[in-house]
Formats: sequence, structure tokens, C-alpha cells
Amino acid sequence: MPKLKVDGIEVEVPQGATVLQACEAAGKEIPRFCYHERLSIAGNCRMCLVEVKPGPPKPQASCALPAADNQEVFTTSPMVKHAREGIMEFLLINHPLDCPICDQGGECDLQDQAMAYGRGHSRFQENKRAVTEKYMGPIVKTIMTRCIQCTRCVRFAEEVSGVEEIGAIYRGENMQITSYLEEAVTSELSGNVVDLCPVGALTSKPYSFEARPWELKKTLTIDVMDAVGTNIRLDSRGRQVLRALPRVNEDVNEEWATDKTRHAVDGLVRRRLDKPYVRRDGKLVPATWDEAFAAIAEVAKTAGDSVAAVAGDIVDCETMFAAKALLKSLGSSLLEGRQTGMTYDTSSLAAVNFNTTIAGIERADAILLVGTNLRWEASLVNTRIRKAIKRGAKVWAIGPETELTYKVEWLGNDLAVLGNLPEALTEAFGKAERPAVIVGGAALKGAHGATLELARSLNLVREGWNGYNVVHFSAARMGGLMLGYAQKDGISALHDAKLSFFLGADEADFTKFAGFKVYIGHHGDRGAAAADVVLPGASYAEKSGTYVNLEGRVQRGNRAVFPPGDAREDWTILRALSERLGNVLPFDTIEELRAAMALDCPDLANEGLVIFAWNPPSLDTCAEGVMEGYPIKDFYLTNAICRASPTMQRCSAELVHGETFAEAAE
Amino acid sequence: MSVITSLTDKDRIFTNLYGYQPWTLQAARGRGDWDNTKALLDLGQDKIIDVMKASGLRGRGGAGFPTGTKWSFMPKTPSPERPSFLVINADESEPGSCKDREIIRHDPHKLIEGALVAGFAMRARAAYIYIRGEYIREAETLFAAVQEAYDAGLVGKNACGSGYDFDVFVHRGAGAYICGEETAMIESLEGKKGQPRLKPPFPAGAGLYGCPTTVNNVESIAVAPTILRRGAEWFSSFGAENNRGTKLFQISGHVEKPCVVEEAMSIPFRELIEKHCGGIRGGWDNLLAVIPGGSSVPLVPAKDIMDAPMDFDGLKAVGSGLGTAAIIVMDKSTDVVRAISRISYFYKHESCGQCTPCREGTGWMWRVMERLRTGDAEIGEIDMLQQVTKQVEGHSICALGDAAAWPIQGLIRHFRPELERRITERKGGGLAPMQEAAE
Repeated sequence: MPKLKVDGIEVEVPQGATVLQACEAAGKEIPRFCYHERLSIAGNCRMCLVEVKPGPPKPQASCALPAADNQEVFTTSPMVKHAREGIMEFLLINHPLDCPICDQGGECDLQDQAMAYGRGHSRFQENKRAVTEKYMGPIVKTIMTRCIQCTRCVRFAEEVSGVEEIGAIYRGENMQITSYLEEAVTSELSGNVVDLCPVGALTSKPYSFEARPWELKKTLTIDVMDAVGTNIRLDSRGRQVLRALPRVNEDVNEEWATDKTRHAVDGLVRRRLDKPYVRRDGKLVPATWDEAFAAIAEVAKTAGDSVAAVAGDIVDCETMFAAKALLKSLGSSLLEGRQTGMTYDTSSLAAVNFNTTIAGIERADAILLVGTNLRWEASLVNTRIRKAIKRGAKVWAIGPETELTYKVEWLGNDLAVLGNLPEALTEAFGKAERPAVIVGGAALKGAHGATLELARSLNLVREGWNGYNVVHFSAARMGGLMLGYAQKDGISALHDAKLSFFLGADEADFTKFAGFKVYIGHHGDRGAAAADVVLPGASYAEKSGTYVNLEGRVQRGNRAVFPPGDAREDWTILRALSERLGNVLPFDTIEELRAAMALDCPDLANEGLVIFAWNPPSLDTCAEGVMEGYPIKDFYLTNAICRASPTMQRCSAELVHGETFAEAAE
Repeated sequence: MSVITSLTDKDRIFTNLYGYQPWTLQAARGRGDWDNTKALLDLGQDKIIDVMKASGLRGRGGAGFPTGTKWSFMPKTPSPERPSFLVINADESEPGSCKDREIIRHDPHKLIEGALVAGFAMRARAAYIYIRGEYIREAETLFAAVQEAYDAGLVGKNACGSGYDFDVFVHRGAGAYICGEETAMIESLEGKKGQPRLKPPFPAGAGLYGCPTTVNNVESIAVAPTILRRGAEWFSSFGAENNRGTKLFQISGHVEKPCVVEEAMSIPFRELIEKHCGGIRGGWDNLLAVIPGGSSVPLVPAKDIMDAPMDFDGLKAVGSGLGTAAIIVMDKSTDVVRAISRISYFYKHESCGQCTPCREGTGWMWRVMERLRTGDAEIGEIDMLQQVTKQVEGHSICALGDAAAWPIQGLIRHFRPELERRITERKGGGLAPMQEAAE
């Protein structure tokens, strides 16, 4: 624990901390461009220079200098001031003064630091350098003349996303950042380089020239594109969400977000359901709320308790609870969320939960992936596994081979191998202090019992460590399971219901449902097309909702904008409908609903990680079946919002299906 | 202080510097190389390092760090998973420097034997000789010489019958000046873009592939076996206090006979030139300035350099440095501003682009230098240029920033009237642009 003085303030920092961190601990701001807490130290921008005694009589890069005992650091001395002014001047001599047309304007590190540490004028009389634009794919727009060569993007691509497709070419003042052969960066995390870029060299292509940061209303909420529960901020202007940015949450997403999280938001204003529809003579025609409710009430009269509710992949717990309460009032509990027909045992939620936790998996030292393409199913869990590998973990995988961005020992795609694991694996797991098994959707059907048996035989659950994990990729899944959206026989138990409610459910096989179908959702996708009555609901951006992520973390999001047209928040629709069906649901506000939900499921009462007790069910331990593929066929088109998003469609076409898009010359 | 006497033939280390004899192993053995090298290794690691320390040898690559001390930083008990490495810097790219080339093409076995002795002393597993890409014939010779040494059992398993396993690899660079910086060289050896690393950690702690590494200049390594054979006292009998030994001087420019020559350290400049180069072209009165240590040290005007001792401390005293002892002599026919501007262009071209001051500063400095050359500037810009060099110097990751700044600082320090004259003449008389010296 080195003790040192920063500008006369004594601080004690952990062993291995840098001088920059010590300065921050002392409350001193150190300007920087290349340094980033989550990336390796490059030390190339030289903006963080400070004076350190004892040491050479020149300023030192504080980001790379280890803090040591009895150091004296000066952050405001004339030497430091001159150094900063000099570096700032150098950075600006070749940086274009195009802030008025730059998307980074208003949230630009270079702008801010030039104001704080620059001289305010330039002595540079020569011509500025110009750099040609590079193509980095459908997400990242480049204006490379603005680049200050901090190499954050290069380090991110290499270290976090694991896709080494961004690099620097040429040298000296001709150095340029580019993607490999100027082709699209094939990372599902490429949008993060936009946030990392301290200047306007890498900006968001879909968001380009949309808004200025100070015009935007910022709403803190939770992402629903996958089950990670990325903490995001939705920036909206008027009634439109213009962009989604990640928030810092060390337990969940650190400060990253996938491209889908960031850029599916342009799907929120397309293909929206903005009025109720009723099917007449085989065609859906616009109707009033009253007509739509009347049509449902007509069917409900004869349906009795043969009523079912299917939860979609991105609905909030409030909607699911309101539907559950409605069904209960009608005498039914036919609830199901696993639309594709999964029937895994849910008697103990710990057996279908990511027990190690997202942050915890970083510490695992031996990992076995069973039937999961983590890169697509939970990209930000995948980055954690990369971190675990950096700490020395070894990874095996059972399933069809795919590129996970790290070294994996593939054991084939036959689940039977679970009964006969190679010796190297059992030996490594035997020695491991924190072994983990991660089971994906492809394996839950044939190997749920076998992997639970593995948890016993490999001793995955021990004091202070639970290494048994199931990966879900639907934001609604864990919340649904907690609310009882699971039948023993899966969704087939609901097929005969006379009246079925689809809560934003678009992935089910609608032909199997013989009865009357009511779709409550926000996009005109598969569910609405198959429905008899369509009730326009609110998307995740338009309602305050509770979501439970794959590790059982309860999180609440806030409403950023209002739903379009006649659309309403989903729970209010169900509440209004209940009045027409005769049994009024006992809540009039979201607070009352949440109170009722807390009574029904106390775990949902408060935000935070729910700990499920480990008492796995006894299941058939025989593993069988060959996995032909993973459940997600197209990362960019997994739900109705993405499918409506032009950006996601473009990503899918270009990055998944390999289409090329010619760019107009400028 | 000992009397500085110039070197006699019997005391020359590099006896085939001019290639009068073949470079081959047989000829090298005739010159005394590889003569019972096992006996040198039998001295033991500590003894070898002690002798090197006692000899007073300072690194010949430019910085002048005591070689024996550098070797002693290496771990005493390297683990098999983390072996130590010796990297030999043969990326001789400093303008004016051409000594390593002569060693490699005419006396490569001195280097290879030195690699074994030095590598053994620092308990290294292998030596990597990083040779400049443009040295094509030299690399061919070196590859062949290393093969000869392997074939004769001098290196490789059980090198020289000593029981010590030691490999020597030759790696060709691709012609980037920056790869002569020790950590950039390590990056380049690892197959990455040649960009200097941050220090700390220093290579002796984490160098090539993260293992302890020492980077030494060719000359420092090549002289080691001879020092061990003839003794530290012999070597330290040359040169002034703290600047011991013999040194290869490379004299180019406006002397009658440019040459590479081995001389005692601390020999006065005048004596060096008179004895080996046939004097200054046009006589001593025609001397304008000298860049005494390769392009990266400040120039020294004639009056200061004439009687200066050619060693680390003596040249520091006149505001410059010994560097690699690449002496560039300029007589009064030289357009000194153009000469320094050309050096600025070199540094602009060779900056790796990693850190801000050097990447942006070298281009700026060169452009201002170009305008000062023609006088197309304001007087105030001379001071601005001086400030810009100060903004670069000491702020960059490696020493290239300093190397780019010093020649310009030297020019402004000694030739400011010349800079001002060009500006006022161009402004005042409405004269035609300056006449330039033909190349």
C-alpha cells in the first residue's frame, strides 16, 4: 500500500496503482485521452503528464507510472502546465476545427480539455493534415481527419471484443487508424468504440447528424435485447428515442453495450401498432378500443377458464403479472413464456439460473460451455469469459463449432460426450478452485439433467461458489419463470385454450392455437399478423418496467417517451379489459400493481440480485441428442424491435449474410 | 588524468575492419577469435561481469550506459519458463553511423563470439541479432558466419564444449529507424509494429516475450571477448577517466579522407582528423561545424570542437554528445540550415507516430525549418521553433523526440544570426531567393 503525496495531499493507494489513480484518489483531475480504466495502458497521448519527485527532471506520464512510497506528485506546477499546453497544442495542430458540424460536439473530450488546459490560440501556420475516411461497417462512421491516434479503439477491439480488426497503419504523422482491409468490423460490440473515441473520429452512423447532446432528454433504463439486462440511458427528443448508450454497472455490463442494444432503437418508430385492430372477414381492420374489448368480451363469455397467456421475450414483469392476475380472475393459470416449446424443469429456479453471476464468471478458472453460442446469446458474458481466460482460465465447449473470440477446446456437438468427458477436462476441473459449467438453450432439452449431474460430480457448488449456470437470451425469461410462466408440458399445454393472450409474443407457432387470439404488443410482427384482436401496447422505452436478467438480478427501467397514437402501457390495457370481463383487477396505478406483484412474488419487490436456494431437481441424467445449431440464427434480428430496425436489418445483411453495400463516393 | 595517446596497431581490437582478410571462421581464428573461448566461459558469470565493469566499457550505441552494470541487472537464476535473452542491436540507422556494418561484414565472428560470452555472462538462453533491413550483404555474411559457428560447435548445444546451450538467431529488420530503439526492437522481434514501449517495466525485467532481456549495441558485444582475453587494465588504459577503451570513429563529410577507424577514446578532434582523415577539406580555417555523434546530437561550431576530446564527457561539455561517434564534418561550403532541415525531415519521416509530441512536433518543426531555410518566416518564429523543440523534448515515450529536437536547438544556439540574416534579406531587399549550395 504505497503512501504518496499529491499536491501536498497524502494518499494511500493499493499496490500496483498508477500515479494517475493516486491523483484521482486525492481528488485531482488529470486530463487524458488514451488512458481508459478498462483497456491496457498505452501512454501515447502524453496528456496526463505530471511532475514526480524523486524522478528525472522531466514530466512523467502518470497513467503508466506505478505509484510508489514517498513519491511527491505535482499536478499544477508550471512544468505540468507547460507540458499540458504543449501537448494540447500538438493535438490541435492537425485536428480540424469543424466542431460546428461534428457529432461529438458537446460531448467531446478534446473540446473540454482544450478549454480547460489549452492555451486558447495556436501558433501553427502550416497546412493541416487530411486523412481519408475508412469503412468500419454499418455502425461506425469515420471522419479520420479528426483522429488523434489515441488507439483506444484498437485496444478495445483487441482486448475486449476479441476481434482484431482495427489497427494502425503507417507511421509518424501519417499514422492512420483503419479496419482490416477497410471492411466492416465483424464485432457485435463495435458500437462501443464510438463511446471510447475521445474525439469525433468515430461516431455513430445511424445517429449521425440527428441531434446535439444538450437537446436530449436522458432516461435511465434497462435494455431488453438480451437477458443480460444491460443498464442503458435512452436519449430522446420529443416523442422519439434517438439513441441508447450504456451506463456503468460493474455487476452487469461494466460500461459496454452490444450493437443491438444501441441501435435497435430506430425500430421503435417503424411498424408500430398505434390503434386497435379486429379481424373481420379474415382481415384485420382498424377498430376503437371499445370495439376491440367487445370482441374479446364476447369470446370470454363462452371461454370460461379456458384462457391462456403467452409472454413474449421482451415484456416486463408488470405486464406479465397483470395478465396473470387477469387469468386468475377467470380461473386459469395457463401461463407460458417459452414460446419455442422448451419444457425444461422449473421446479427449482436455481437450476435454470446463471448462479455464478455475470461478474463472478470472470473469476472462474475452468469453464465448460454446453450448447451455447455465448457471443450471440449473451455477448457481455462472453467478454467476461475473455477476462477469465486472461486470468488463466481454460475453456471447453460442447456444441457446433463457432467463433467465440477466444481459444476453446471443442468436444464435438453430441451431448452424449457429457457422460464420457475427456480426462484433461475432468482433471482440470478437479484441480480448479472455481469451476463453472454454462448451459445454453441448445442443450437444455437433452442435457439439463446431465449437466445438473455434472454439477454434483464435478463439485461445482461449494462454499462461496456456485458454478452451475444456464444462459437465457430473453429479457423476460427469468421474470416470467418467477411469475409462473411455465407449464410442465411447455407451450403445448396452452394450445387448446379458447382464448389466448399473446403479450408481445411473436416467436410462437400460432397455427397450433385453435382458439381466439388476442395480441397485446407494440410491433406489427408475426404475433399481430396471426391475431384476431390486436391491442396496441408500449415498447420497453415507453413504460416503466421491471426486468430480471439471466443471473436473477431484478432491475427497473423508466419511461423515456410516450407510446404512439392510441397505444397504451400494457398493464393499463389489461386493467381496462378486466373491467369489461367483469372482474376488475385490484390496482389502478403502477405502484399499486407493484405492491400486488410483491405480494405474489416477494423477490420482485426490490431491485437487486435474487439468490435462489440450490436444491436441484432429480432429473434423468442421461444426455442424448446431437446439436445441429444454436437457437439464435441471426443475432441482429431476434425480436420485433430489431426486425423493424433498418440498422439491424443492414447489420444482418452485411455481417451475418455477407452482403456488400457500395458506398457513394463523396 | 592519464595521458591520451593514440592507438597503435597492436592494441586494435578490430584487426580486420577494412576487410583485407576474409571474414570466414578460419581467417577469424587466425586473428585470434574463438581462441579457447571455453576458457573465457570458465571464468564464470560473475567474474566476466566484474571484468567488464572494471574495464570501464560504456555502451557503444549512443547512451553510454556502463555495459557490465547493464549485464548485472539480469536475473541470477532465470526459470525455464521465463528464460533470459540477449538482443544485439545491429539496426544501425543513425545518419552518419556505419561502424556496425564494418564489424558485421568483415569481422562477424567477433560479434558471434561476443554474443556467446555476453549471453553466458547474463545467463541468457539465446541471442537475437536484429540487423538493419538495408544491410543485405551484411546480413548474408552474418547468416553464413552464424552457420559456420553452429557447424563448428561454437554456438548451439554445448557451445564451445562448455556445457552451456546457447543459440544465436539473426533477424532482419524492415528498415525503420525507430526499431533501433531497444523496446521498439523487441516489439519488432515479436512480430508487432515497431513502436517503443513504456518504461517501466525495463527490458531487464520484462523484455522480449515478457522475459528478462538486455539490448546491447554490436560494438559493445564485439569488444567483450578481447577485453576478457587482454584484461580490464589493458582496455581501461585507453581514454580519459570514465571514458575508457577504444572506439570506432566514423568520420564523414568534408574531410580529405572519410573513414571508419578504431582509436583510443578521448582523442582530441584535431588529432583524429589529422591522423586518419588527412585534415579538413580546405584547411582548419574552413571548418564550419561538426555533428560529433550521429544526426541526433546538437552540432558544435568549429571553435568549440577543434580541441575537444572525443568522448562522452568531453562532448557533453561543449553541449553535444558522443552518440555513436559518427562524426559529420561540415566546412564553410555547407548550407547549415538546409543540413539541419534535412535532418528534421529524417525525424519527421521516421517518427513512429505513437505519441503525440513526436508525431505532431516533428512535422511541425520540419515545416518551420524549411521556411527558415528560405527565409520565408518571421524573426519571432525562431523563438517559437525553439519553444516547440522544448515542447517535444522530454515529453515523448522514447528518445526520438529528443533526437529530433536537439539538432534544431543546436542550430538556433550557434547559428541564430544566420537564420535572422535569411529572414531579413528575403524581406528587406526584395532579393531573389537564397542561392543554395549544390549537393
